[in-house]
Amino acid sequence: MTDLLDDFLIRATLAGIGVALAAAPLGCFIVWRRMAYFGDATAHAAILGVALALAFNLSIMLGTLVMALAMALAVSGLSGRGRAMDTMLGVLSHSALAAGLVAVSLLQGVRLDLSAYLFGDILAVGRSDLAVIWGGAALVIGLIWARWSALLTATLSEDLATAAGIDPRREQLILTLALAIVVAVAIKVVGVLLIAALLIIPAAAARNFARTPEAMALIAAGFGAVAALGGMAVAWNFDTPAGPSIVCVAAVIFAASTLSGLARRAS
Amino acid sequence: MSPTKSLVTLSHVAVRLGGRQVLHDVDFQIERGEIVTVVGPNGSGKSTLLRVVIGAQGTATGTVARVPGLRIGYVPQKLHVDPTLPLTVRRFLDLPARIPDALAREALDQAGAGALGGQQMADLSGGQFQRVLLARAILSRPDLLILDEPTQGLDQPGSAAFYRRIAEVRAELGCAVLMVSHELHVVMAASDRVICLNGHVCCAGAPEHVASAPEYRALFGTGTQGALALYRHEHAHGHDHDHDHPHSHEAAE
Repeated sequence: MTDLLDDFLIRATLAGIGVALAAAPLGCFIVWRRMAYFGDATAHAAILGVALALAFNLSIMLGTLVMALAMALAVSGLSGRGRAMDTMLGVLSHSALAAGLVAVSLLQGVRLDLSAYLFGDILAVGRSDLAVIWGGAALVIGLIWARWSALLTATLSEDLATAAGIDPRREQLILTLALAIVVAVAIKVVGVLLIAALLIIPAAAARNFARTPEAMALIAAGFGAVAALGGMAVAWNFDTPAGPSIVCVAAVIFAASTLSGLARRAS
Repeated sequence: MSPTKSLVTLSHVAVRLGGRQVLHDVDFQIERGEIVTVVGPNGSGKSTLLRVVIGAQGTATGTVARVPGLRIGYVPQKLHVDPTLPLTVRRFLDLPARIPDALAREALDQAGAGALGGQQMADLSGGQFQRVLLARAILSRPDLLILDEPTQGLDQPGSAAFYRRIAEVRAELGCAVLMVSHELHVVMAASDRVICLNGHVCCAGAPEHVASAPEYRALFGTGTQGALALYRHEHAHGHDHDHDHPHSHEAAE
């Protein structure tokens, strides 16, 4: 096994699968709760976290985790106040991205490959990166597993959850935390610009084949893992960037799923 | 009627939503086993009152006391199931806690939704959806069943059947029922107590008392007298008549 992990391609593939498995169940909640833009804003804030980490000599992981969490909390705080959420998220999301890019460029004496953070650099995943990715993924899966029913009830209706003794704000907070962790571990794999794609596309593709929420999460995890494997194969054979290749394969799976869904409804 | 024995007691409750005072000076309690209906014009704070009782809405002033361990079954006014969420009726009943199949079947039967277990929530008709919501609400053997305009979107026979179902459920479970309704004639026939709400409690009491109160007539006119009289005519034996109702029998005939 240690010999196996010496191969950068194996490490990259395992990293991709780890992120895909954690992103799948979380992505289902993002789709059900219509939080796609929310995921985007949180991911974009991570680039600001990269700047923060470089400026204060922290680990990139910690910096992105802190910024993603701060953005996610700010957005959930605002969402309860009846503003035009769509516009608000658009403003926050793109402002965070722009501010992050400016902040990184202002840092003196840092030689930085910005595209590695924007689009991921999965082939550079080391052993410790891999440990962090799988650790974070396990944490997110465990968190969602433990709160599954409460999360689902709160997603369906906040009042229904309250009447059953569940605090919907707490469940929202758990999702927010899980999202920040996924963003922090996925940045190396697909980069800030494409994290939301990894959350949403496998979940959306799974919808057509699922009759229960659990089935949808499992199928999404399967699709995510296939996309990670397929994307790596494409990247290897055609010398394309790995992160975007993974998302492209996921998009193809989504298209196939949508077509088969249409075909089934028509017959 | 000591406050500790009531299931829920609201004292001097006021609620503000976005700077607007929705409820003020609301004193209200619900006892074990009684059916209480809240009536009132649109925007009078009926749904807000129910949300205060379940704990989903905070209060600006006043206190809300619930008996310890109170179990609430809640049927919301609307439940939007996002089309991206696959959810069978059976799985819906498992929220928030998994339940045995036998219990689920019993609840569905009690709510008149026996054959629906395998269907997707999104495919149900309005009446089926309401019965499934009722089935889920009674699963936890609630002390208090709360329904917010449960028959919205149902036709007359459908809504009459639904209210009969609620009366049966109350008889079987012995739970109290607190509901909001617009259908005054049904309300009057099915309730032990009626609360007429318009930002505050205008009047409250037995249906015949409320229907003859000037505050109620100011809000709803006297048009419901006929239906009320019909109710009295049919049910006169079981109730005390400490008021004088000169029109009741004429209107019924």
